[in-house]
Amino acid sequence: MTDIVESVEKPVDPSTRVKVDHLKKYFPISKSMFRRADDFVHAVDDVSFEIKAGRSLGLVGESGCGKTTTGRILVKLEEASEGSVQIRDQAIDEMVEITEITSKGDRKDFRKNVQMIFQDPYESMNPRRTVYDAVAEPLVVQKIGSTPDREKRVVELLTLVGLTPAESYLFRYPHELSGGQRQRVAIARALVMNPSFVVADEPTSMLDVSIRISIMQLMSDLADELGVTYLYITHDLAVARYMCNRIAVMYLGKIVELAPTEELLANPMHPYTRALLSAVPVPDPSYDRPDVEILGGVSKAINPEAVCRFIERCPFAEDKCRELDHPPLDDRAEEHFVACHLVTPDGTWTGAERAELDLRS
Amino acid sequence: MTDTAIPPGDLVPDEDINVPEESLWRIRLRLFGSTMRKNWSIFSRNRLGVVGVLFVGFFGFLAILQPILMATVWSDQKDIYDPVVGHDSVILSKTVVPDGEVEDSLSQMSFTEAMIAGEFFPEEGMIIEVPIAPAPPNVKHFLGTDPFGRDILSQLMKSSQAAFTLGVIAAVSAVTLATLVGSVAAYYGGWIDSSLMRLADLILLLPLLPLLIVIGSFWDVGLVQLGLLIGILAGLGGTAIILKSQALSVKVKPFNDAARVAGGSNWHIISRHIIPNVLPLSFLYMMFEVTGAIFLEATLSFFGLLSIPMSWGIMINTAHTQGYTLFGLRAWWLLFPAGLSVTLFAAGFFLIGRAMDEVVNPRLRAR
Amino acid sequence: MNRDQSAVADEQPLASAEPIADPILEVDHLIMNYRTKDGPVSAVQDVSFSVGRGESLGLVGESGCGKTSIALSLMRLLPDNAEVQNGKIILDGENILDLDDEAMRQTRWDDIAMVFQGAMNSWNPVYRVGDQIREAIDLHWDVKPTVVEANARIAELFELVGLDPSMADRYPHEFSGGMKQRAVIAMALSCDPKVIIADEPTTALDVIVQEQVLEELRSIQHEFGMSIIYISHDIAVIAEITDHLGVMYAGKLVEHGETADVFARPRHPYAWLLLSSTPSVTGPKLQLSPLEGEPPNLVNPPTGCRFHPRCPFATDQCSAEEPPMEEIAPGHTVACWNHEQVPEMETSRA
Repeated sequence: MTDIVESVEKPVDPSTRVKVDHLKKYFPISKSMFRRADDFVHAVDDVSFEIKAGRSLGLVGESGCGKTTTGRILVKLEEASEGSVQIRDQAIDEMVEITEITSKGDRKDFRKNVQMIFQDPYESMNPRRTVYDAVAEPLVVQKIGSTPDREKRVVELLTLVGLTPAESYLFRYPHELSGGQRQRVAIARALVMNPSFVVADEPTSMLDVSIRISIMQLMSDLADELGVTYLYITHDLAVARYMCNRIAVMYLGKIVELAPTEELLANPMHPYTRALLSAVPVPDPSYDRPDVEILGGVSKAINPEAVCRFIERCPFAEDKCRELDHPPLDDRAEEHFVACHLVTPDGTWTGAERAELDLRS
Repeated sequence: MTDTAIPPGDLVPDEDINVPEESLWRIRLRLFGSTMRKNWSIFSRNRLGVVGVLFVGFFGFLAILQPILMATVWSDQKDIYDPVVGHDSVILSKTVVPDGEVEDSLSQMSFTEAMIAGEFFPEEGMIIEVPIAPAPPNVKHFLGTDPFGRDILSQLMKSSQAAFTLGVIAAVSAVTLATLVGSVAAYYGGWIDSSLMRLADLILLLPLLPLLIVIGSFWDVGLVQLGLLIGILAGLGGTAIILKSQALSVKVKPFNDAARVAGGSNWHIISRHIIPNVLPLSFLYMMFEVTGAIFLEATLSFFGLLSIPMSWGIMINTAHTQGYTLFGLRAWWLLFPAGLSVTLFAAGFFLIGRAMDEVVNPRLRAR
Repeated sequence: MNRDQSAVADEQPLASAEPIADPILEVDHLIMNYRTKDGPVSAVQDVSFSVGRGESLGLVGESGCGKTSIALSLMRLLPDNAEVQNGKIILDGENILDLDDEAMRQTRWDDIAMVFQGAMNSWNPVYRVGDQIREAIDLHWDVKPTVVEANARIAELFELVGLDPSMADRYPHEFSGGMKQRAVIAMALSCDPKVIIADEPTTALDVIVQEQVLEELRSIQHEFGMSIIYISHDIAVIAEITDHLGVMYAGKLVEHGETADVFARPRHPYAWLLLSSTPSVTGPKLQLSPLEGEPPNLVNPPTGCRFHPRCPFATDQCSAEEPPMEEIAPGHTVACWNHEQVPEMETSRA
């Protein structure tokens, strides 16, 4: 089985911020308190990708594909079962293996470097704490700065995210703010310690459509200004298109396709990516929707077999797909990675006849 | 190599950064005040809650009144008005009626004793001055005296103090313990959760009253000891289970994840995020702990098992052991004020608790 | 469940641009408020529209715009503190606002049914799905059917929505999200209503399942000539499955017309901004223009046109007077003083 991207031995390109290799997270399903689990949900199953400095990668997929779990592992809200996650610590300019962080000092450095923006603007703020408390919390728990310093920094950040006049927002409670305002506070809080890498977990999916764009723009502008690297998790391909340089499509714990955004839309190769793109609703009544090429089978999430995960639903599955293991994610054409036995190393489709799919036209 | 300096930020020019003038703690105090005012306005819409506050306030007033009166109005009559060791025999003047009966049946009893002792022979037309204890309410003693000649009103006031002391100790210790236990169990899960919950189950199994009766029989149990005992048993028992389930529902909210990603330790999350969101429910249960504690104490005192100088239970116990319970309404001032106090005091806290439900749970509020 | 990929239901020819003759549902100057402790909240402000037989209408807007309130008014399932101040709702010739409770109960579900928002979570977990649907049937059919008859109907409905009929004997937790939603649609269809209101029917579903459910709704609609009112904040979904659409903002209907027309050339600034700020996977990557501000507080709505604080084309008149709905093209109405200022869409969306 060919290895993906570079092997771990090669020195990492200095502009790489995040490097994930063969990441796995298996959740045990325990039958009882006393017996060890035999069954595992393969939430994240051998995922590898890289993100270069200042770029954003979108992790896209339907519910249960493992994108949220991957994000949580990257911020250490979950521990990986196997695999390596290296994130560059900008203070020392070295890649740090975050799965091996043990000391309190290292953990603190990690938290200063890697932050997260949460999905639910209503529930990700403690209703009994003020905006100041929320944004200053990272500074307080890390014992950074004196109180006047912190106040200043919080005001600075609130101004940056557009909550002005900042002083009037400082001591408001979450229930006094709208969804969009709360999400701005969440962004301020994520950026207060000047992290180099931010994981954004569906930050706009619970906002009204008219506010989404302004939040998305805020996030891109700040990314440009502050040089932050993003991992953007979403189920909405249209939003991913606007926020991400590259998109990785996940299915049942595996990345099935990874390519620069516009390239993915112009030339989707994996059958699942094609099905997903065909199914996305389009705000254009005259749009002639291509058929969604997918079968109604059910894919196993618990103790899956080694075969290609998409087999039960792939309308193009052939005998060799059932005989071989799950295909590796390989570079088929100019940084366009696909995990499919029916795509040749140079990106040609060898399966059953299928229509051209270029959404950009 | 932890850096304690604020990370440099040069995206917003300094002149645009306006930090509020007031110091942080003063702002927080102000916010706290406004939150309390808002909660009061919600609370006071519920009439029963306000009634509850009035009841409790009344007893608070009584409790404070006692030392004031002792120091002022009664300062020269301490030996009469002291609730525990005072004594005053009210002299009643009664005429002996022809067939030897006296109007006042209580003095009849004292008569009878004297007659039996061979010291007294009533004759027609005799005017007898009889020291009476217990005496019905009169000008000198607004609620009368008890069988030992002590002023009932004074006793009532002293008992209010005892009630508050007991109530506060029991409630605060119970709820502090229950909140901590519940939050820790919910947060950590696993064996910590299991062991704490099994302990709580065991305690729930214990029959509280018989247990306290047994303890009271062997050891000297005073007010503080009783309070702590009730507090610990209640705190580790049922209340812990309830507060744990509240803590569980708080624990799954994303703001805890956000705190962890910010670098918060386990204790930071428990103390700053979980417990503050459990506390409103804790306060609610505190009210109910008080009612429970009061009734327990009254029962135990009724059986004479406590070493407390004065309480409502003891007042009733005194009346009972001196044989006055059988007199029913004719000795009403011995039983009624004390019993009513227990009821009203407990009811007051209960009503407050019920009204607080609306404050704690916004969904219960009227639209 | 294998679907025949090539048999996508043919689009019905778009409804004619003339005003709808013999509509199945007509809403006439509906005004509805909620009484709250902060004062009356004007949730639906003078809304009028009609739905033709066999047609689909979309109501688009954000949270608080009044679309769910309209839906509840149509079903007369408003909460206690809601009051309809004015207006008529004429369902197949009858003003349902005049009906008494008993008559409305019979009309409900029989003539007009609703698929609620988050309906997939409203299944009672302790009863079988089939039993719950049968309960609706028992309550609403004119003649109460036997158990056999009801079960036959349920099996029929399940096949219609693409569910295995044997699932009717299972409990809700055995259904996936998409299956639950389909079952809700089956329940709404159980009494053969003339009009179905679907409130955010696919919001919580994954995109592939969503496409399948929308397809099914569309084919059911064509097969039975039913009228459907889709309520959604998702413009893309509305674009896919509706013939006509109405854009709502802060309780008012600000634009109404054939879906294709409105998308090609939105005339109301809010509609124009909404369409310009919706990202799409198709076509070239367009620059998106954000909408400033927040939706208004309906206890104290802005004076004049409710959108004027956020409107890039607002003039003094806008803050003083509310614009009426005028017809600016056949079948296309808009409520804006400055609709002529609204530019063409950057790239034609039609």
